[in-house]
Amino acid sequence: MTWFETLGAMLSSPLMQRALIAAVLVGAAAPVVGTFLVQRRLALMGDGLGHVALTGVALGWLVGTWAGLVPQDTLAIPGAVVAALIGSVAIEWVRARGRTSGDLALALMFYGGIAGGVLLIKLAGGTNANLVSYLFGSISTVSTGDLWWTAGLAVGVLLVGLGLRHVLFAVSHDEEFARGSGLPVTALNMVVAAMSALTVTIAMRVVGLLLVSALMIVPVAVAQLVVGSFARVMALASAIGVTVSVVGLSITYWEDIPPGATIVLLAIGLYAVAAVTRPLLARGRTGDAPHHDPHPELPDDVELPAAR
Amino acid sequence: MLVTDTTAPEPAVLATGVDVVLGGHQILSGVDLRVERGEVVALLGANGSGKSTLVRALLGIAPRTAGDVRLLGGALGNGVPWERVGYVPQRLPAGGGVPATALEVVMSGLVHGRTLRPPRDARKRALAALEEVGMARHARRSVLQMSGGQQQRVLIARALVREPDLLVLDEPTSGIDLPTQETFVATVRRLHERGGTVLVILHELGSFAGLIDRAVALRHGRVVYDGPPPNPRGEHGGPEHDHTHPHADPPPPDPGTGLSMEVLP
Repeated sequence: MTWFETLGAMLSSPLMQRALIAAVLVGAAAPVVGTFLVQRRLALMGDGLGHVALTGVALGWLVGTWAGLVPQDTLAIPGAVVAALIGSVAIEWVRARGRTSGDLALALMFYGGIAGGVLLIKLAGGTNANLVSYLFGSISTVSTGDLWWTAGLAVGVLLVGLGLRHVLFAVSHDEEFARGSGLPVTALNMVVAAMSALTVTIAMRVVGLLLVSALMIVPVAVAQLVVGSFARVMALASAIGVTVSVVGLSITYWEDIPPGATIVLLAIGLYAVAAVTRPLLARGRTGDAPHHDPHPELPDDVELPAAR
Repeated sequence: MLVTDTTAPEPAVLATGVDVVLGGHQILSGVDLRVERGEVVALLGANGSGKSTLVRALLGIAPRTAGDVRLLGGALGNGVPWERVGYVPQRLPAGGGVPATALEVVMSGLVHGRTLRPPRDARKRALAALEEVGMARHARRSVLQMSGGQQQRVLIARALVREPDLLVLDEPTSGIDLPTQETFVATVRRLHERGGTVLVILHELGSFAGLIDRAVALRHGRVVYDGPPPNPRGEHGGPEHDHTHPHADPPPPDPGTGLSMEVLP
């Protein structure tokens, strides 16, 4: 039973235990936020925030250097959290003012975030190489302290996302109606944006800032191919997120390949499989009215001579 | 409570001097609108006259640059009893990539104002509202797969699920099928019978003709007519329905010549 023994060895490694716990939490939380983002047609929001978080990482590094902290990147994660939160509020503010369209605001964040990060890391006395572990993830360096941060934020995101799912659905589905229902639409949009920001920073260690958004969006893309209701899409996407994170991470225990990229490619592979097999599945279950006129109760709007 | 009249409760809709500027264009200028409780009022006007914008401003969707709005006695914002206000927009937004069932859409009508979580019996109430518009069979279908008329009926159910005292309908007659139009008329009649207030945007009175108590017409963002429905039918033309508007209005134009709406049968 060498296979079983290897699995046992993997699970008893403290490094792998921490990484797996982080992967499960991130894999479960990211698609919950992603469902709201896809619903609002802001699928690239996570990407924009990931870029801004890079500036935050570099800023944390700079402050750490000034304060003489060891290691210098002690403040990298708090810096990323703060920068992503500010970025998320800024993008909602720009959207609410209606001056700039959502995708243009995102583009500004993309470029500003990367440029700011590269500039600040230089000022902090680091090199671009220092940023690479944040850009592409470094789950093997997850410390116990990081794990607590990740766990706390992931549970928070899950609680808010699931607890407020009805009202966040209402706002994401029909913003005008939500406004006409007296809901605090701008505040709720900012809640979604802030949840995205926190998800970006916790997923940073697992898949890296450049691939964060994939973990939020691709499971949703797979789920919406397979099931037909918002609640089920969210549940299935979350399950897919956990599965690809755990499987992807486990593969990297045996093969020396980067975990973040493996996780994302697994998810995209699932999407391809779902997209190809969907027509076959759809033929099996044709919904609640098989082989019927979809609108049998509708009479014609005009008088027609009886068809013979 | 600010009761101006000693006998009647505050009107269902009380708007004074509403200005709306969108994209640098003055869409509404100094619009006054008063809808008493239990009234069914039609909002008429040609395309671009500002009907939809007025309704959207009354509900707080379109931002006002001036004026005050009170709904069911509460100032727009947190003062309005939102659980008693129903709104049916012209159509469902195109939506994102995530499918949503009719039941989920109707249940989203049960969060409003400061009620951020639906009540425990939300599912039961949503199913009852779908039953009322004849869509219970489709409760678990995705709204994106439905026809325009079916989507409209889901939107009516989303407004009815609150059991509203004030129902606002945005052009319920444009481009929809017969059963959906009948659903709209039946909904307004039922609401009217139990004392509810209805504000409805119409191009032509059409199938609503017998239900309308009063018509308000807009042109170029101003109220140009406020009185009995043009070319009234049945008992609704009687003098008891001759509502006098409490605010200074431009004199109503000669009905039939000044109005360019298709209100004649």
